[in-house]
Amino acid sequence: MSNTARANAFTTFDVGAVRREFPVLARMVHGKPLCYLDNGASAQRPRAVIDAVDDYERHHHANIHRGVHTLSQEATALYEGARDKLVRFVNARSRHEIIFVRGTTEAINLVAQSYSRPLLEPDDEVLITHLEHHANIVPWQILCGQTGAKLVVAPMDARGEVRAESVESLMGPRTRLLAFAHVSNALGTVLPVRRLIAAAKARGITTLIDGAQAVPHMGVDVQELDCDFYAFSGHKLFGPTGIGVLYGREALLERMPPWQGGGDMILTVSFEKTVYNALPYKFEAGTPNISGAIGLGAALDFLSGLDLAAARAHEHALLDHATRILSKVEGLTIIGTASDKASLISFVVAGVHPHDLGTILDEDGIAIRTGHHCAMPVMEFFKVPATARASFAFYNTFEEIDRLAAAIARAQALFA
Amino acid sequence: MELNELYRDVILDHNRRPRNFGPLDPADASADGVNPLCGDRLTLKLKFAADKIEEIRFEGQGCAISTASASLMTEAVKGKTRTEALGLFNRVHRLLTDDDADSDGLGKLAALSGVREYPARVKCASLCWHTLAAALKSAAANVPAVSTE
Repeated sequence: MSNTARANAFTTFDVGAVRREFPVLARMVHGKPLCYLDNGASAQRPRAVIDAVDDYERHHHANIHRGVHTLSQEATALYEGARDKLVRFVNARSRHEIIFVRGTTEAINLVAQSYSRPLLEPDDEVLITHLEHHANIVPWQILCGQTGAKLVVAPMDARGEVRAESVESLMGPRTRLLAFAHVSNALGTVLPVRRLIAAAKARGITTLIDGAQAVPHMGVDVQELDCDFYAFSGHKLFGPTGIGVLYGREALLERMPPWQGGGDMILTVSFEKTVYNALPYKFEAGTPNISGAIGLGAALDFLSGLDLAAARAHEHALLDHATRILSKVEGLTIIGTASDKASLISFVVAGVHPHDLGTILDEDGIAIRTGHHCAMPVMEFFKVPATARASFAFYNTFEEIDRLAAAIARAQALFA
Repeated sequence: MELNELYRDVILDHNRRPRNFGPLDPADASADGVNPLCGDRLTLKLKFAADKIEEIRFEGQGCAISTASASLMTEAVKGKTRTEALGLFNRVHRLLTDDDADSDGLGKLAALSGVREYPARVKCASLCWHTLAAALKSAAANVPAVSTE
């Protein structure tokens, strides 16, 4: 988008009105207005989500899929209605392709254990990239331990970019699966997702995209991406915790054995033989997070009521502003300078450890994430033990970024 | 709570110029401490003369609280017996977690009391002390002639 288009889109975006939809943004922390810049860890909930969950808990709660009584039918309709919203949100082909899980982590583990484990032979390869979150590393290491397959890691460069050619050059005859982040949680890098999926598909390699950091910032169309699996979490998308989604291509899900056994995932059970339920229920053993799914559905409704193009232009303007302001701070180094970034910024300040910075900023009411961001190989690559990360949502303001910069200066003064 | 209660001058000074920082080779005992939540790492090495800690040095990366706590600890336990060092470990642990703990006789270590108002940071201050306890334990196991009694 051109700068002019960005500016025009921004002028139509009323940040103040959007902020009023998020009750927590009105609170004070240590006597200062909350400045919430930790959206990459978990975004805040709009009133619409809080109300939807509250309404469900007050009026409609019962177990789903198993009662003929009114409440059970209402709960089932709300839960399955949320699934329909997710079908539209990612443009899946059908409700069979939307599996409710606890979050991105569970979705990836499900694919590793149910899809990959039965297929992998010793010396087969699983290909990931250097910038993955631990949730997209460890499940594959466990899988490799179980099957004798090898984990192959595509490199990133000094800007925190993963070049498509370097991933493609590692796609070999034994590569069975390519799993990578759509957006890096530690660096903000947007990966060349379409090209990588196309390259994998051309070689018959299955693809899983960790979309946890992407869905809050960009539209995702799984048919257009043409990926096999796409995983994301509700709570980074302004919904509740403990609910997430695995999108899977129906033909693959159909072939996969269930991951967990229990109620709801069966048609008939005898001690001799169990017949599994149809998709998507085959993968939803036990009573699910009903209120979480309903809350996530409400979050999608809320998002669809926004001018998303304007919201995203505002986020990019925030990133540009933060990059400009923080670049000017002496002693501050931005970690991750990819040309295409989502609206988060990781940095270190000479002489001020990220944890000390986090505590000092908190005294000013500013919430950022400090630490290794569950991406220790990324920290290792940049030779830092940890970074500070400010991650923005469309409800953040330019003033908040200025407050961040001022608080960083105060921390530097304290440690000078 | 004021930030200067946490970042007292003693803490800032020991963060800026950590004492007993660097390698110690050879050493009689060592232990590594890791805070898996934040990635802080610390290696502690000790030399004993009879039952006393003759030399103690640390290396690693950590925040100001973690670095200052380790620096203050090495100063405090040098020349102490193992039993005395473990006694100090217990007192500092109480200082970090118990609002009623007193700091009488703790000297500069009393500066760590501000940390207890910041529960998320207690682990930063206690990492080096847990590492010390582990090093003393491993020394006791490896050198059966030396008793911690």
